[in-house]
Amino acid sequence: MTKFWKACFQCCLALFILLAALVPAAAQTEIDGIMMTKNNFCVGPMYGYSSWKSYWEGTRKRENLNLGRVSTEMFSVMGNYGISNKLNILFAVPYIKTKASAGTLHGVEGIQDGSLWVKWMPIEKSIGKGNLTAYGIAGVSAPLSNYVADFLPLSIGLRSKSLSLRVMGDYQVGKIFVTASGTYIFRDNIKIDRDAYYTTEMHYTNKVSMPDALSFNLRTGYRYANLIAEAVLDNWTTLGGFDITRNNMPFPSNRMNATRLGVNMKYELNIPRGLSIVASGNYVIAGRNVGQATTVNGGLFYIINFNKKQPTTTSPKQSQP
Amino acid sequence: MKKLPLYISILLLLVTAGMIPFACSKNESGRTDDLPALQPDKTDLDAGSWKPILLTSANEFPVSTPVATTTPEYIAQLNEIKSWQASLTDNERNIVKYWSAGAVLRWNEILRELVAKHNLPPYQNDDGTYPVPNASNPLAYPQFPFANPPYAARAYAYVSAAQYDALVAAHYYKKLFNRPAPYKVDATINTLVPQTDLPSYPSEDAVVVGAAVEMLKLLFPGDQDLIQQKAEEHKRARIIAGANVRSDIEAGEALGKAVAQKFVARARTDRAGAAGGTQADWTKFETDCMARGETPWYSQELPKRPPMLPMFGKVKAFLFDSLTAISLRPGPPPLTGSAKMKEETDEILKLVNDDSRENYRIVHFWADGVGTSTPPGHWDAIAAEDFIKQHYSEVRWARNMALLNMALMDAAIVCWDAKFFYFNPRPSQMNPKIKTLTGLPNFPSYISGHSTFSGAAATVLSHLVPGRAGAYDAMAREASLSRMLAGIHYRADCEMGLECGKNIGNYAVQRAKTDGAGD
Repeated sequence: MTKFWKACFQCCLALFILLAALVPAAAQTEIDGIMMTKNNFCVGPMYGYSSWKSYWEGTRKRENLNLGRVSTEMFSVMGNYGISNKLNILFAVPYIKTKASAGTLHGVEGIQDGSLWVKWMPIEKSIGKGNLTAYGIAGVSAPLSNYVADFLPLSIGLRSKSLSLRVMGDYQVGKIFVTASGTYIFRDNIKIDRDAYYTTEMHYTNKVSMPDALSFNLRTGYRYANLIAEAVLDNWTTLGGFDITRNNMPFPSNRMNATRLGVNMKYELNIPRGLSIVASGNYVIAGRNVGQATTVNGGLFYIINFNKKQPTTTSPKQSQP
Repeated sequence: MKKLPLYISILLLLVTAGMIPFACSKNESGRTDDLPALQPDKTDLDAGSWKPILLTSANEFPVSTPVATTTPEYIAQLNEIKSWQASLTDNERNIVKYWSAGAVLRWNEILRELVAKHNLPPYQNDDGTYPVPNASNPLAYPQFPFANPPYAARAYAYVSAAQYDALVAAHYYKKLFNRPAPYKVDATINTLVPQTDLPSYPSEDAVVVGAAVEMLKLLFPGDQDLIQQKAEEHKRARIIAGANVRSDIEAGEALGKAVAQKFVARARTDRAGAAGGTQADWTKFETDCMARGETPWYSQELPKRPPMLPMFGKVKAFLFDSLTAISLRPGPPPLTGSAKMKEETDEILKLVNDDSRENYRIVHFWADGVGTSTPPGHWDAIAAEDFIKQHYSEVRWARNMALLNMALMDAAIVCWDAKFFYFNPRPSQMNPKIKTLTGLPNFPSYISGHSTFSGAAATVLSHLVPGRAGAYDAMAREASLSRMLAGIHYRADCEMGLECGKNIGNYAVQRAKTDGAGD
């Protein structure tokens, strides 16, 4: 009867400071096959550490002795509220801090992009031995501070306002599940502090056209009682942009692509009731114009139930076997 | 709950509608993409009498007498214009519009683009040494050139100066032959650009093309495809526009090339080819500095990179001789062991630790580092955007760009001489706690290149466009300050750099007062 708590789970991974600032942080929308029950609010802090030494300059893999290891720390607050059992609202607000272990470049820190998602589950039915659910998720993100985008790889984000539209399906048989989703991310153009820049040609403007992106996410694993454990494969592909030229600095409108492999875990405590622990790790297995980052995250989430009458409402979705 | 899908559908619909403008406004236009055609306030017909830079006289290179406008040959050339105009494509109209904004302007923009493309330090070899670009094999990695600030300053100066001399010569012949523009000969010719009373033979646009193409063969030998394509487009645009007949273009291009040859010959012997120096030179800077009891500069790059063009201070200047260049060298910086130096280093540490958003804005606006058109290119952009509003003739455009760019090149020479004469360490070498807000340049600190360039540029531009003098001064100060805020220069570097730059700029101002062009 507490399975709906798991809704808290992935919203943490949601916000990804994907690849230590080399890939857009925003727009990883809420991507798990679980809904928060009506009038329940799950909220909590999250910490993440991501770093890389190698990166792809275009398709060429290299290190940069003048950067050493580039690391990103993330402190964030995320939440998920159940408007109804089929409609959730999620948000995330991260604070980011970057650093290079070698060279002279100054690290940067600040509040990055806030994200807000609406998650809707229109379909839920039993098929075969399992249970199928389908979702539509729309998200927006925008910078919450006037941070610098054009200082990669140390910028804390890319500043692009985004709108993401995701479709997702989840199928569970017994304790095993599979979730797959695809997202299109519309990205708004940005302004930088320079008034001219070179991509593959010269631009005499401070405005930068940001290519849209596609993202796919596949996850599978165990989901039963107090525990979720899963493996995740995801891919971010920028639809346009240009490669970092040889020994040049990265730029916000680079063609940043990444494929990551990772694991996520969530465990909910029996006492105190309503508290859960989440942990995850992932590694970039292929990329272009991004760092080959290793990332670990950990967080605590707590569910506040605003239902006066029914203290622990069962999520209709989580009719588990 | 049954209402929910409808509610969401509406939301999604709104969201989708909201992103359509989003998706359609992807391409950002540049500030100079959509300029009106250049319509000079004055023709400067007498510019043939202005003082050239290298030419011994305006008629040093001969131009043959044009055919009369009544000959069948000329009439055939008029018909060429008419046949273009009979079926104009959108692309042809766009080309005409682009080039009509100004020949000197557009070639300056192209040059800034080439500089930005090539302003990339070579990646190291496996053994920790660095490869050097090779002009005779420009497309092999590392591509030639590495268009760093001194290289770029020199490129801007040569192209501008060659275009100026070529236009002085062109004006001499324009006045001499006085052949009218095609639309004055045949009223049925359409003109897609503003008409002028300036004689059209030889074409002022084509001399600019000829001079640019010839100089760029030397300066950017690996980019001939782009350069030739632009040159062909530019010449064709003038014919399509009805502004020139083919013989105007051909005579102009030949003259431009001939004049530029004189600049190419100078460039081959101006000592820039040896500006990279040798290991012996690099070691000597260090040992000389230590012999004076000072802490020498060292490269903070990994692996340690040889300093950027350490012998550039020996390059032959445009505005003064080599003895004057040395006399412009500023006095020494604070001794590296002095309390003054400690105080200046502490000031920079304090500045970088207080890295406010406004500080980042200033630093990044003026950084002009790797992959950019460099500080001289930035000042060219500032100048060009102001010159557009001045409605100069092409020859005045070229003269003013030449004055600016000769001052910028000579600023690079004097600045680089000081940098390697004093070989002063960067703040982050004196105190490794100093982290920089932009890339750390790989050459000694004293004096600041940005400050020297900016002091020189602001001085020249203030003479040329006096109404903007206050703005230029403020920009120069901000550019100079940006290097302290970035953590890569001390106050002494910046203050002395600005002052030194002003002294250099004044040589260009002196020239401007006596070159016969007036205001």
